[in-house]
Amino acid sequence: MATLFSKKWHSYKQDPKSLLLFLLVCLAACITMIALLFIIGYILVKGIPHLTPELFDIKYTSKNVSLLPALVNTLFIIVLSLFFAVPVGISAAIYLAEYAQRGNKVVHIINLTTETLSGIPSIVYGLFGSLFFVKYLGFGLSLLSGACTLSIMILPLIMRTTQEALKNVPDSYREGSFGLGAGKLRTIFSIVLPCAIPGILSGVILGIGRIVGESAALIFTAGTVAEIVPTIFSSARTLSVHMYALSGEGLYINQTYATAVVLLIVVIFINMVSNFIAKKIGKNTIKN
Amino acid sequence: MKHFKETTMKFLFFLTACISIAAVILICIFLFASGIPAIKEIGIFKFLFGTTWKPANNLYGIFPMIIGSLYVTAGALFIGVPIGILTAVFMAYFCPKSIYKPMKSAIHLMAGIPSVVYGFFGLVVLVPFVRETFGGRGMSVLTASVLLGLMILPTVISISETSIRAVPKSYYEGGIALGASHERSVFFTILPAAKSGIFSSVVLGIGRAIGETMAVMMVAGNQAIIPERITSGVRTLTTNIVLEMGYSTDLHREALIATAVVLFVFILMINLSLSLIKRKVK
Repeated sequence: MATLFSKKWHSYKQDPKSLLLFLLVCLAACITMIALLFIIGYILVKGIPHLTPELFDIKYTSKNVSLLPALVNTLFIIVLSLFFAVPVGISAAIYLAEYAQRGNKVVHIINLTTETLSGIPSIVYGLFGSLFFVKYLGFGLSLLSGACTLSIMILPLIMRTTQEALKNVPDSYREGSFGLGAGKLRTIFSIVLPCAIPGILSGVILGIGRIVGESAALIFTAGTVAEIVPTIFSSARTLSVHMYALSGEGLYINQTYATAVVLLIVVIFINMVSNFIAKKIGKNTIKN
Repeated sequence: MKHFKETTMKFLFFLTACISIAAVILICIFLFASGIPAIKEIGIFKFLFGTTWKPANNLYGIFPMIIGSLYVTAGALFIGVPIGILTAVFMAYFCPKSIYKPMKSAIHLMAGIPSVVYGFFGLVVLVPFVRETFGGRGMSVLTASVLLGLMILPTVISISETSIRAVPKSYYEGGIALGASHERSVFFTILPAAKSGIFSSVVLGIGRAIGETMAVMMVAGNQAIIPERITSGVRTLTTNIVLEMGYSTDLHREALIATAVVLFVFILMINLSLSLIKRKVK
Protein backbone atom coordinates (compact mmCIF):
# COMPACT_ATOMS: atom_id res chain seq x y z
CA MET A 1 0.00 0.00 0.00
CA ALA A 2 2.71 2.43 1.04
CA THR A 3 4.81 1.68 -2.02
CA LEU A 4 1.76 2.08 -4.25
CA PHE A 5 1.11 5.43 -2.69
CA SER A 6 4.66 6.64 -3.09
CA LYS A 7 4.69 5.42 -6.68
CA LYS A 8 1.53 7.36 -7.36
CA TRP A 9 2.96 10.39 -5.62
CA HIS A 10 6.05 10.14 -7.77
CA SER A 11 4.03 10.04 -10.98
CA TYR A 12 2.00 13.02 -9.79
CA LYS A 13 5.20 14.95 -9.17
CA GLN A 14 6.15 14.52 -12.78
CA ASP A 15 2.67 15.33 -13.99
CA PRO A 16 1.23 18.15 -11.89
CA LYS A 17 -1.72 18.57 -14.23
CA SER A 18 -2.98 15.10 -13.33
CA LEU A 19 -2.62 15.93 -9.66
CA LEU A 20 -4.58 19.10 -10.19
CA LEU A 21 -7.39 17.23 -11.95
CA PHE A 22 -7.43 14.62 -9.20
CA LEU A 23 -7.68 17.28 -6.52
CA LEU A 24 -10.44 19.12 -8.39
CA VAL A 25 -12.50 15.97 -8.70
CA CYS A 26 -12.12 15.17 -5.01
CA LEU A 27 -12.89 18.74 -4.06
CA ALA A 28 -16.12 18.73 -6.09
CA ALA A 29 -17.26 15.45 -4.52
CA CYS A 30 -16.49 16.84 -1.07
CA ILE A 31 -18.44 20.04 -1.76
CA THR A 32 -21.48 18.03 -2.87
CA MET A 33 -21.44 15.76 0.15
CA ILE A 34 -20.68 18.53 2.65
CA ALA A 35 -23.49 20.67 1.25
CA LEU A 36 -25.99 17.85 1.63
CA LEU A 37 -24.81 16.85 5.10
CA PHE A 38 -24.80 20.47 6.18
CA ILE A 39 -28.37 21.07 5.00
CA ILE A 40 -29.69 17.93 6.68
CA GLY A 41 -27.57 18.31 9.81
CA TYR A 42 -28.46 21.96 10.26
CA ILE A 43 -32.19 21.33 9.97
CA LEU A 44 -32.05 18.31 12.28
CA VAL A 45 -29.96 20.04 14.96
CA LYS A 46 -32.13 23.14 14.96
CA GLY A 47 -35.42 21.31 14.62
CA ILE A 48 -35.33 18.21 16.79
CA PRO A 49 -35.36 20.11 20.14
CA HIS A 50 -38.59 21.81 19.03
CA LEU A 51 -40.49 18.62 18.19
CA THR A 52 -42.97 19.17 21.00
CA PRO A 53 -46.18 17.17 21.55
CA GLU A 54 -48.20 20.33 20.80
CA LEU A 55 -46.97 20.20 17.23
CA PHE A 56 -48.82 16.92 16.85
CA ASP A 57 -52.09 18.15 18.25
CA ILE A 58 -55.12 16.94 16.36
CA LYS A 59 -56.46 20.47 16.04
CA TYR A 60 -54.58 23.33 14.39
CA THR A 61 -54.65 26.67 16.18
CA SER A 62 -52.52 29.73 15.57
CA LYS A 63 -50.99 29.05 18.97
CA ASN A 64 -49.76 25.50 18.60
CA VAL A 65 -49.34 25.59 14.77
CA SER A 66 -49.87 21.85 14.79
CA LEU A 67 -48.57 20.00 11.77
CA LEU A 68 -50.64 16.87 12.27
CA PRO A 69 -53.63 17.99 10.15
CA ALA A 70 -51.25 18.83 7.31
CA LEU A 71 -49.59 15.45 7.67
CA VAL A 72 -52.94 13.67 7.49
CA ASN A 73 -53.93 15.76 4.48
CA THR A 74 -50.67 14.83 2.80
CA LEU A 75 -51.58 11.18 3.24
CA PHE A 76 -55.04 11.79 1.76
CA ILE A 77 -53.66 13.63 -1.23
CA ILE A 78 -51.07 10.89 -1.85
CA VAL A 79 -53.76 8.20 -1.84
CA LEU A 80 -56.10 10.19 -4.06
CA SER A 81 -53.41 11.18 -6.59
CA LEU A 82 -52.13 7.62 -6.82
CA PHE A 83 -55.70 6.42 -7.23
CA PHE A 84 -55.92 8.51 -10.42
CA ALA A 85 -52.40 8.26 -11.74
CA VAL A 86 -51.36 4.66 -11.09
CA PRO A 87 -54.05 2.78 -13.06
CA VAL A 88 -53.83 5.22 -15.96
CA GLY A 89 -50.03 5.25 -15.92
CA ILE A 90 -49.73 1.46 -15.81
CA SER A 91 -52.28 0.88 -18.52
CA ALA A 92 -50.68 3.54 -20.75
CA ALA A 93 -47.31 1.88 -20.18
CA ILE A 94 -48.81 -1.51 -21.07
CA TYR A 95 -49.96 -0.06 -24.39
CA LEU A 96 -46.57 1.47 -25.11
CA ALA A 97 -44.55 -1.58 -24.08
CA GLU A 98 -46.75 -4.46 -25.22
CA TYR A 99 -48.95 -3.28 -28.06
CA ALA A 100 -47.38 -0.29 -29.76
CA GLN A 101 -45.57 -0.93 -33.00
CA ARG A 102 -42.26 0.68 -33.73
CA GLY A 103 -42.42 3.77 -35.89
CA ASN A 104 -46.10 4.40 -35.15
CA LYS A 105 -46.84 8.13 -35.43
CA VAL A 106 -49.24 8.21 -32.48
CA VAL A 107 -46.73 6.43 -30.25
CA HIS A 108 -44.14 9.00 -31.23
CA ILE A 109 -46.51 11.80 -30.25
CA ILE A 110 -47.35 10.06 -26.96
CA ASN A 111 -43.66 9.80 -26.10
CA LEU A 112 -43.10 13.42 -27.05
CA THR A 113 -45.98 14.71 -24.92
CA THR A 114 -44.97 12.53 -21.98
CA GLU A 115 -41.51 14.04 -22.12
CA THR A 116 -43.04 17.51 -22.35
CA LEU A 117 -45.23 16.81 -19.30
CA SER A 118 -42.24 15.75 -17.23
CA GLY A 119 -40.45 19.00 -18.04
CA ILE A 120 -43.25 21.41 -17.17
CA PRO A 121 -42.51 23.35 -13.96
CA SER A 122 -44.84 22.79 -11.05
CA ILE A 123 -46.05 26.38 -10.98
CA VAL A 124 -47.42 25.98 -14.52
CA TYR A 125 -49.24 22.86 -13.35
CA GLY A 126 -50.60 24.84 -10.43
CA LEU A 127 -51.87 27.57 -12.72
CA PHE A 128 -53.39 25.05 -15.10
CA GLY A 129 -55.03 23.25 -12.18
CA SER A 130 -56.54 26.47 -10.89
CA LEU A 131 -57.89 27.34 -14.35
CA PHE A 132 -59.14 23.88 -15.27
CA PHE A 133 -60.02 21.87 -12.16
CA VAL A 134 -60.81 24.70 -9.76
CA LYS A 135 -62.64 27.07 -12.12
CA TYR A 136 -63.68 25.25 -15.27
CA LEU A 137 -64.76 21.93 -13.74
CA GLY A 138 -65.92 23.71 -10.59
CA PHE A 139 -64.10 21.55 -8.05
CA GLY A 140 -63.12 24.69 -6.14
CA LEU A 141 -60.02 24.96 -3.99
CA SER A 142 -60.08 21.38 -2.81
CA LEU A 143 -58.25 18.19 -2.12
CA LEU A 144 -59.74 16.83 -5.34
CA SER A 145 -58.36 19.66 -7.52
CA GLY A 146 -54.97 19.27 -5.90
CA ALA A 147 -54.92 15.51 -6.38
CA CYS A 148 -56.01 15.81 -10.05
CA THR A 149 -53.23 18.33 -10.73
CA LEU A 150 -50.64 16.18 -8.99
CA SER A 151 -51.76 13.04 -10.76
CA ILE A 152 -51.06 14.65 -14.16
CA MET A 153 -47.72 15.73 -12.77
CA ILE A 154 -46.63 12.26 -11.69
CA LEU A 155 -48.20 10.46 -14.66
CA PRO A 156 -45.07 10.64 -16.87
CA LEU A 157 -42.95 9.32 -14.01
CA ILE A 158 -45.18 6.29 -13.47
CA MET A 159 -45.51 5.66 -17.21
CA ARG A 160 -41.77 5.75 -17.74
CA THR A 161 -40.81 3.49 -14.82
CA THR A 162 -43.59 0.98 -15.61
CA GLN A 163 -42.58 0.89 -19.26
CA GLU A 164 -38.99 0.25 -18.22
CA ALA A 165 -40.08 -2.52 -15.84
CA LEU A 166 -42.23 -4.19 -18.52
CA LYS A 167 -39.36 -4.06 -21.00
CA ASN A 168 -37.10 -5.81 -18.51
CA VAL A 169 -39.39 -8.86 -18.35
CA PRO A 170 -37.67 -11.41 -20.61
CA ASP A 171 -39.51 -12.24 -23.85
CA SER A 172 -39.20 -15.94 -23.11
CA TYR A 173 -41.84 -15.51 -20.38
CA ARG A 174 -44.29 -14.16 -22.92
CA GLU A 175 -43.44 -16.86 -25.43
CA GLY A 176 -43.91 -19.54 -22.80
CA SER A 177 -47.32 -18.17 -21.94
CA PHE A 178 -48.37 -17.92 -25.58
CA GLY A 179 -47.05 -21.44 -26.12
CA LEU A 180 -49.33 -22.72 -23.40
CA GLY A 181 -52.28 -21.20 -25.23
CA ALA A 182 -52.86 -18.05 -23.17
CA GLY A 183 -54.11 -14.96 -24.98
CA LYS A 184 -52.33 -11.63 -24.96
CA LEU A 185 -54.45 -10.16 -22.16
CA ARG A 186 -53.95 -13.13 -19.88
CA THR A 187 -50.23 -13.12 -20.62
CA ILE A 188 -50.00 -9.47 -19.64
CA PHE A 189 -52.04 -9.72 -16.46
CA SER A 190 -50.85 -13.04 -15.08
CA ILE A 191 -47.28 -13.28 -16.37
CA VAL A 192 -45.78 -9.94 -17.35
CA LEU A 193 -47.33 -7.56 -14.81
CA PRO A 194 -46.52 -9.64 -11.70
CA CYS A 195 -42.88 -9.82 -12.80
CA ALA A 196 -42.77 -6.06 -13.27
CA ILE A 197 -44.28 -5.18 -9.89
CA PRO A 198 -41.05 -4.16 -8.10
CA GLY A 199 -40.19 -1.78 -10.95
CA ILE A 200 -43.67 -0.31 -10.96
CA LEU A 201 -43.54 0.07 -7.20
CA SER A 202 -40.30 2.04 -7.37
CA GLY A 203 -41.99 4.41 -9.82
CA VAL A 204 -44.95 4.80 -7.47
CA ILE A 205 -42.62 5.59 -4.59
CA LEU A 206 -40.79 8.20 -6.64
CA GLY A 207 -44.22 9.64 -7.37
CA ILE A 208 -45.04 9.74 -3.65
CA GLY A 209 -41.77 11.56 -3.07
CA ARG A 210 -42.75 14.19 -5.60
CA ILE A 211 -46.19 14.63 -4.08
CA VAL A 212 -44.76 15.07 -0.59
CA GLY A 213 -42.32 17.71 -1.77
CA GLU A 214 -44.73 19.64 -3.94
CA SER A 215 -45.91 23.06 -2.89
CA ALA A 216 -46.13 25.45 -5.85
CA ALA A 217 -48.70 23.32 -7.67
CA LEU A 218 -50.87 22.98 -4.59
CA ILE A 219 -51.23 26.53 -3.30
CA PHE A 220 -53.67 27.51 -6.05
CA THR A 221 -55.40 24.15 -6.37
CA ALA A 222 -55.72 22.62 -2.90
CA GLY A 223 -55.53 25.87 -0.96
CA THR A 224 -54.07 26.44 2.46
CA VAL A 225 -56.70 25.54 5.07
CA ALA A 226 -54.91 23.94 8.01
CA GLU A 227 -57.59 21.48 9.07
CA ILE A 228 -58.03 17.80 8.44
CA VAL A 229 -60.31 17.66 5.40
CA PRO A 230 -63.88 16.55 6.07
CA THR A 231 -64.58 15.76 2.38
CA ILE A 232 -62.51 15.71 -0.78
CA PHE A 233 -64.21 18.95 -1.83
CA SER A 234 -62.69 20.96 0.99
CA SER A 235 -59.49 22.92 0.86
CA ALA A 236 -56.47 21.41 2.58
CA ARG A 237 -52.79 22.19 2.98
CA THR A 238 -50.18 19.47 2.75
CA LEU A 239 -47.06 19.38 4.89
CA SER A 240 -44.91 21.23 2.33
CA VAL A 241 -47.49 23.97 1.91
CA HIS A 242 -47.84 24.12 5.69
CA MET A 243 -44.12 24.63 6.03
CA TYR A 244 -44.14 27.32 3.38
CA ALA A 245 -46.99 29.11 5.13
CA LEU A 246 -45.20 28.94 8.49
CA SER A 247 -41.91 30.24 7.14
CA GLY A 248 -43.77 33.04 5.36
CA GLU A 249 -45.36 34.23 8.58
CA GLY A 250 -41.94 34.45 10.23
CA LEU A 251 -43.35 34.21 13.75
CA TYR A 252 -42.85 30.50 14.25
CA ILE A 253 -39.24 30.00 13.25
CA ASN A 254 -38.68 27.14 15.73
CA GLN A 255 -41.82 25.34 14.69
CA THR A 256 -40.77 25.76 11.06
CA TYR A 257 -37.51 23.97 11.85
CA ALA A 258 -39.47 21.19 13.52
CA THR A 259 -41.82 20.91 10.54
CA ALA A 260 -38.81 20.73 8.24
CA VAL A 261 -37.49 17.87 10.36
CA VAL A 262 -40.74 15.93 9.97
CA LEU A 263 -40.71 16.61 6.22
CA LEU A 264 -37.10 15.45 5.96
CA ILE A 265 -37.82 12.29 7.94
CA VAL A 266 -40.71 11.47 5.60
CA VAL A 267 -38.48 12.03 2.56
CA ILE A 268 -35.63 9.95 4.02
CA PHE A 269 -38.06 7.17 4.83
CA ILE A 270 -39.44 7.19 1.27
CA ASN A 271 -35.87 7.08 -0.03
CA MET A 272 -35.02 4.11 2.15
CA VAL A 273 -38.05 2.18 0.92
CA SER A 274 -37.16 2.90 -2.69
CA ASN A 275 -33.53 1.81 -2.09
CA PHE A 276 -34.81 -1.38 -0.53
CA ILE A 277 -36.99 -2.12 -3.55
CA ALA A 278 -34.17 -1.26 -5.94
CA LYS A 279 -32.00 -3.81 -4.15
CA LYS A 280 -34.73 -6.42 -4.55
CA ILE A 281 -34.98 -5.72 -8.28
CA GLY A 282 -31.22 -6.11 -8.58
CA LYS A 283 -31.40 -9.53 -6.94
CA ASN A 284 -34.27 -10.67 -9.14
CA THR A 285 -32.52 -9.80 -12.36
CA ILE A 286 -29.47 -11.81 -11.33
CA LYS A 287 -31.69 -14.83 -10.73
CA ASN A 288 -33.07 -14.57 -14.22
CA MET B 1 -66.21 -13.25 -27.14
CA LYS B 2 -62.56 -13.60 -26.25
CA HIS B 3 -61.56 -11.69 -29.32
CA PHE B 4 -63.96 -8.92 -28.34
CA LYS B 5 -62.39 -8.66 -24.88
CA GLU B 6 -58.91 -8.51 -26.33
CA THR B 7 -59.74 -5.69 -28.73
CA THR B 8 -61.68 -3.63 -26.18
CA MET B 9 -58.85 -3.87 -23.70
CA LYS B 10 -56.33 -2.94 -26.35
CA PHE B 11 -58.43 0.08 -27.19
CA LEU B 12 -58.71 0.97 -23.51
CA PHE B 13 -54.93 0.79 -23.08
CA PHE B 14 -54.57 2.97 -26.14
CA LEU B 15 -57.01 5.54 -24.74
CA THR B 16 -55.15 5.81 -21.44
CA ALA B 17 -51.91 6.23 -23.35
CA CYS B 18 -53.49 9.17 -25.14
CA ILE B 19 -54.23 10.91 -21.83
CA SER B 20 -50.79 12.47 -21.84
CA ILE B 21 -51.54 13.97 -25.27
CA ALA B 22 -54.86 15.25 -23.96
CA ALA B 23 -53.15 16.71 -20.90
CA VAL B 24 -50.63 18.65 -22.95
CA ILE B 25 -53.37 19.92 -25.27
CA LEU B 26 -55.54 20.97 -22.32
CA ILE B 27 -52.65 22.74 -20.63
CA CYS B 28 -51.88 24.60 -23.87
CA ILE B 29 -55.52 25.54 -24.46
CA PHE B 30 -56.17 26.81 -20.96
CA LEU B 31 -52.92 28.73 -20.66
CA PHE B 32 -53.02 30.23 -24.14
CA ALA B 33 -56.74 31.05 -24.04
CA SER B 34 -56.26 33.30 -21.03
CA GLY B 35 -52.72 34.39 -21.76
CA ILE B 36 -52.75 35.34 -25.43
CA PRO B 37 -55.63 37.88 -25.21
CA ALA B 38 -53.83 39.55 -22.32
CA ILE B 39 -50.62 39.76 -24.34
CA LYS B 40 -52.60 41.24 -27.22
CA GLU B 41 -54.28 43.78 -24.98
CA ILE B 42 -51.01 44.86 -23.42
CA GLY B 43 -49.12 44.65 -26.71
CA ILE B 44 -46.58 41.91 -27.26
CA PHE B 45 -43.62 44.28 -27.41
CA LYS B 46 -44.70 46.18 -24.31
CA PHE B 47 -45.32 42.93 -22.49
CA LEU B 48 -42.04 41.20 -23.31
CA PHE B 49 -39.73 44.22 -23.31
CA GLY B 50 -41.48 46.64 -20.98
CA THR B 51 -39.25 47.29 -17.99
CA THR B 52 -41.89 48.31 -15.46
CA TRP B 53 -44.26 45.92 -13.76
CA LYS B 54 -46.84 48.01 -11.93
CA PRO B 55 -50.22 46.31 -12.05
CA ALA B 56 -51.75 49.19 -10.06
CA ASN B 57 -50.87 51.57 -12.93
CA ASN B 58 -51.73 49.05 -15.64
CA LEU B 59 -48.08 48.62 -16.58
CA TYR B 60 -47.28 45.01 -17.34
CA GLY B 61 -43.71 44.66 -18.58
CA ILE B 62 -42.10 41.35 -17.71
CA PHE B 63 -38.63 42.14 -19.05
CA PRO B 64 -37.14 42.40 -15.53
CA MET B 65 -38.51 38.95 -14.72
CA ILE B 66 -37.18 37.42 -17.94
CA ILE B 67 -33.75 38.90 -17.20
CA GLY B 68 -34.09 37.78 -13.58
CA SER B 69 -34.83 34.20 -14.60
CA LEU B 70 -31.89 34.22 -17.01
CA TYR B 71 -29.48 35.67 -14.42
CA VAL B 72 -30.50 33.24 -11.72
CA THR B 73 -30.38 30.26 -14.08
CA ALA B 74 -26.97 31.30 -15.41
CA GLY B 75 -25.70 31.70 -11.86
CA ALA B 76 -27.04 28.27 -10.91
CA LEU B 77 -25.29 26.72 -13.91
CA PHE B 78 -22.06 28.53 -13.08
CA ILE B 79 -22.09 26.92 -9.66
CA GLY B 80 -23.88 23.64 -10.24
CA VAL B 81 -22.45 22.44 -13.55
CA PRO B 82 -18.69 22.30 -12.78
CA ILE B 83 -19.27 20.78 -9.35
CA GLY B 84 -21.86 18.38 -10.74
CA ILE B 85 -19.77 17.12 -13.64
CA LEU B 86 -16.64 16.73 -11.50
CA THR B 87 -18.64 14.85 -8.87
CA ALA B 88 -20.02 12.59 -11.60
CA VAL B 89 -16.44 11.92 -12.77
CA PHE B 90 -15.50 11.14 -9.18
CA MET B 91 -18.36 8.69 -8.83
CA ALA B 92 -17.65 6.92 -12.09
CA TYR B 93 -13.83 6.69 -12.01
CA PHE B 94 -12.35 7.79 -8.68
CA CYS B 95 -14.74 6.60 -6.03
CA PRO B 96 -13.59 3.77 -3.72
CA LYS B 97 -16.15 0.96 -3.82
CA SER B 98 -16.96 1.27 -0.13
CA ILE B 99 -18.23 4.86 -0.36
CA TYR B 100 -19.95 4.56 -3.74
CA LYS B 101 -23.23 3.18 -2.44
CA PRO B 102 -23.77 5.65 0.41
CA MET B 103 -22.81 8.47 -1.91
CA LYS B 104 -25.25 7.33 -4.57
CA SER B 105 -28.13 7.15 -2.12
CA ALA B 106 -27.11 10.52 -0.67
CA ILE B 107 -27.49 12.04 -4.13
CA HIS B 108 -30.86 10.36 -4.52
CA LEU B 109 -31.87 11.92 -1.22
CA MET B 110 -30.62 15.30 -2.38
CA ALA B 111 -32.97 15.06 -5.36
CA GLY B 112 -35.85 14.22 -3.05
CA ILE B 113 -35.54 17.07 -0.55
CA PRO B 114 -38.59 19.32 -1.04
CA SER B 115 -37.92 22.75 -2.48
CA VAL B 116 -39.49 24.46 0.54
CA VAL B 117 -36.85 22.84 2.72
CA TYR B 118 -34.12 24.09 0.40
CA GLY B 119 -35.77 27.50 0.43
CA PHE B 120 -35.99 27.59 4.19
CA PHE B 121 -32.37 26.52 4.50
CA GLY B 122 -31.44 29.32 2.10
CA LEU B 123 -33.47 31.78 4.14
CA VAL B 124 -31.91 30.95 7.50
CA VAL B 125 -28.33 30.18 6.40
CA LEU B 126 -27.46 31.59 2.98
CA VAL B 127 -29.28 34.91 3.25
CA PRO B 128 -27.55 36.03 6.48
CA PHE B 129 -24.24 34.71 5.14
CA VAL B 130 -24.50 36.70 1.91
CA ARG B 131 -25.68 39.78 3.80
CA GLU B 132 -22.67 39.74 6.09
CA THR B 133 -20.05 38.82 3.49
CA PHE B 134 -21.14 40.70 0.39
CA GLY B 135 -23.38 43.41 1.81
CA GLY B 136 -26.84 44.32 0.58
CA ARG B 137 -29.96 42.76 1.97
CA GLY B 138 -28.85 39.19 1.54
CA MET B 139 -31.84 38.30 -0.61
CA SER B 140 -30.18 38.50 -3.98
CA VAL B 141 -29.25 37.04 -7.35
CA LEU B 142 -26.21 35.50 -5.67
CA THR B 143 -28.18 33.75 -2.94
CA ALA B 144 -30.73 32.38 -5.37
CA SER B 145 -27.97 31.21 -7.72
CA VAL B 146 -26.10 29.35 -5.00
CA LEU B 147 -29.26 27.69 -3.75
CA LEU B 148 -30.39 26.71 -7.25
CA GLY B 149 -26.87 25.52 -8.02
CA LEU B 150 -27.21 23.09 -5.12
CA MET B 151 -30.68 22.06 -6.23
CA ILE B 152 -29.66 21.16 -9.78
CA LEU B 153 -26.64 19.13 -8.57
CA PRO B 154 -28.44 15.77 -8.32
CA THR B 155 -29.87 16.13 -11.84
CA VAL B 156 -26.50 17.02 -13.34
CA ILE B 157 -24.63 14.36 -11.36
CA SER B 158 -26.85 11.38 -12.03
CA ILE B 159 -27.32 11.98 -15.76
CA SER B 160 -23.65 12.87 -16.33
CA GLU B 161 -22.59 9.78 -14.40
CA THR B 162 -24.79 7.51 -16.50
CA SER B 163 -23.41 8.95 -19.71
CA ILE B 164 -19.80 8.76 -18.48
CA ARG B 165 -20.33 5.11 -17.57
CA ALA B 166 -21.86 4.44 -20.99
CA VAL B 167 -18.56 5.26 -22.74
CA PRO B 168 -16.78 1.99 -23.64
CA LYS B 169 -13.98 1.09 -21.24
CA SER B 170 -11.67 0.57 -24.23
CA TYR B 171 -11.37 4.34 -24.65
CA TYR B 172 -9.93 4.60 -21.18
CA GLU B 173 -7.69 1.57 -21.68
CA GLY B 174 -6.39 3.04 -24.92
CA GLY B 175 -5.46 6.21 -23.07
CA ILE B 176 -3.65 4.25 -20.36
CA ALA B 177 -1.87 2.10 -22.96
CA LEU B 178 -0.54 5.22 -24.63
CA GLY B 179 1.06 6.20 -21.35
CA ALA B 180 -1.48 8.77 -20.14
CA SER B 181 -2.19 8.95 -16.43
CA HIS B 182 -5.52 7.81 -14.95
CA GLU B 183 -6.72 11.41 -14.70
CA ARG B 184 -5.63 12.35 -18.20
CA SER B 185 -7.29 9.27 -19.68
CA VAL B 186 -10.56 10.07 -17.94
CA PHE B 187 -10.57 13.77 -18.77
CA PHE B 188 -9.25 13.65 -22.33
CA THR B 189 -10.76 10.43 -23.70
CA ILE B 190 -13.84 9.58 -21.64
CA LEU B 191 -15.28 13.06 -21.06
CA PRO B 192 -15.20 14.16 -24.72
CA ALA B 193 -16.92 10.91 -25.67
CA ALA B 194 -19.64 11.48 -23.04
CA LYS B 195 -20.13 15.07 -24.13
CA SER B 196 -23.67 14.82 -25.48
CA GLY B 197 -24.97 13.06 -22.36
CA ILE B 198 -23.31 15.63 -20.16
CA PHE B 199 -24.78 18.37 -22.28
CA SER B 200 -28.28 16.97 -21.89
CA SER B 201 -27.76 16.84 -18.12
CA VAL B 202 -26.96 20.54 -18.24
CA VAL B 203 -30.06 21.25 -20.31
CA LEU B 204 -32.21 19.35 -17.80
CA GLY B 205 -30.53 21.38 -15.07
CA ILE B 206 -31.54 24.56 -16.90
CA GLY B 207 -35.11 23.29 -17.01
CA ARG B 208 -35.12 22.61 -13.30
CA ALA B 209 -33.54 25.97 -12.44
CA ILE B 210 -35.82 28.06 -14.61
CA GLY B 211 -38.93 26.28 -13.30
CA GLU B 212 -38.09 26.36 -9.61
CA THR B 213 -40.47 28.55 -7.70
CA MET B 214 -40.78 28.28 -3.94
CA ALA B 215 -37.09 28.07 -3.06
CA VAL B 216 -36.26 31.05 -5.26
CA MET B 217 -39.12 33.08 -3.88
CA MET B 218 -37.88 32.60 -0.32
CA VAL B 219 -34.35 33.88 -1.00
CA ALA B 220 -34.45 36.19 -4.03
CA GLY B 221 -36.00 39.35 -2.58
CA ASN B 222 -38.60 39.55 -5.37
CA GLN B 223 -38.19 43.18 -6.45
CA ALA B 224 -39.59 43.55 -9.96
CA ILE B 225 -36.65 45.51 -11.31
CA ILE B 226 -33.64 44.51 -13.35
CA PRO B 227 -30.91 43.72 -10.80
CA GLU B 228 -27.86 45.96 -11.01
CA ARG B 229 -25.46 43.95 -8.90
CA ILE B 230 -25.32 40.32 -7.88
CA THR B 231 -26.24 41.43 -4.40
CA SER B 232 -29.47 43.15 -5.44
CA GLY B 233 -32.84 41.48 -5.22
CA VAL B 234 -34.40 39.79 -8.21
CA ARG B 235 -37.76 38.44 -9.30
CA THR B 236 -38.10 35.52 -11.70
CA LEU B 237 -40.97 34.55 -14.00
CA THR B 238 -42.08 31.76 -11.68
CA THR B 239 -42.09 33.83 -8.51
CA ASN B 240 -43.94 36.63 -10.26
CA ILE B 241 -46.86 34.22 -10.72
CA VAL B 242 -46.91 32.85 -7.18
CA LEU B 243 -46.50 36.22 -5.50
CA GLU B 244 -49.45 37.96 -7.10
CA MET B 245 -51.80 35.19 -8.22
CA GLY B 246 -53.52 35.13 -4.86
CA TYR B 247 -55.04 38.58 -5.03
CA SER B 248 -55.00 39.44 -8.74
CA THR B 249 -58.08 40.10 -10.85
CA ASP B 250 -58.98 40.79 -14.49
CA LEU B 251 -56.11 41.93 -16.70
CA HIS B 252 -53.60 41.58 -13.88
CA ARG B 253 -54.56 37.94 -13.48
CA GLU B 254 -54.41 37.35 -17.21
CA ALA B 255 -51.00 39.04 -17.38
CA LEU B 256 -49.80 36.53 -14.78
CA ILE B 257 -51.13 33.67 -16.85
CA ALA B 258 -49.36 35.24 -19.84
CA THR B 259 -46.19 35.13 -17.73
CA ALA B 260 -46.76 31.40 -17.38
CA VAL B 261 -47.18 31.21 -21.17
CA VAL B 262 -43.74 32.79 -21.62
CA LEU B 263 -42.32 30.34 -19.09
CA PHE B 264 -44.05 27.47 -20.87
CA VAL B 265 -42.53 28.54 -24.19
CA PHE B 266 -39.09 28.63 -22.57
CA ILE B 267 -39.61 25.09 -21.28
CA LEU B 268 -40.82 23.89 -24.69
CA MET B 269 -37.67 25.33 -26.25
CA ILE B 270 -35.54 23.52 -23.67
CA ASN B 271 -37.40 20.25 -24.34
CA LEU B 272 -36.95 20.69 -28.07
CA SER B 273 -33.22 21.21 -27.75
CA LEU B 274 -33.06 18.15 -25.51
CA SER B 275 -34.73 15.92 -28.08
CA LEU B 276 -32.46 17.40 -30.77
CA ILE B 277 -29.42 16.39 -28.72
CA LYS B 278 -30.85 12.90 -28.28
CA ARG B 279 -31.53 12.55 -32.00
CA LYS B 280 -28.00 13.63 -32.80
CA VAL B 281 -26.64 10.89 -30.56
CA LYS B 282 -28.72 8.26 -32.33
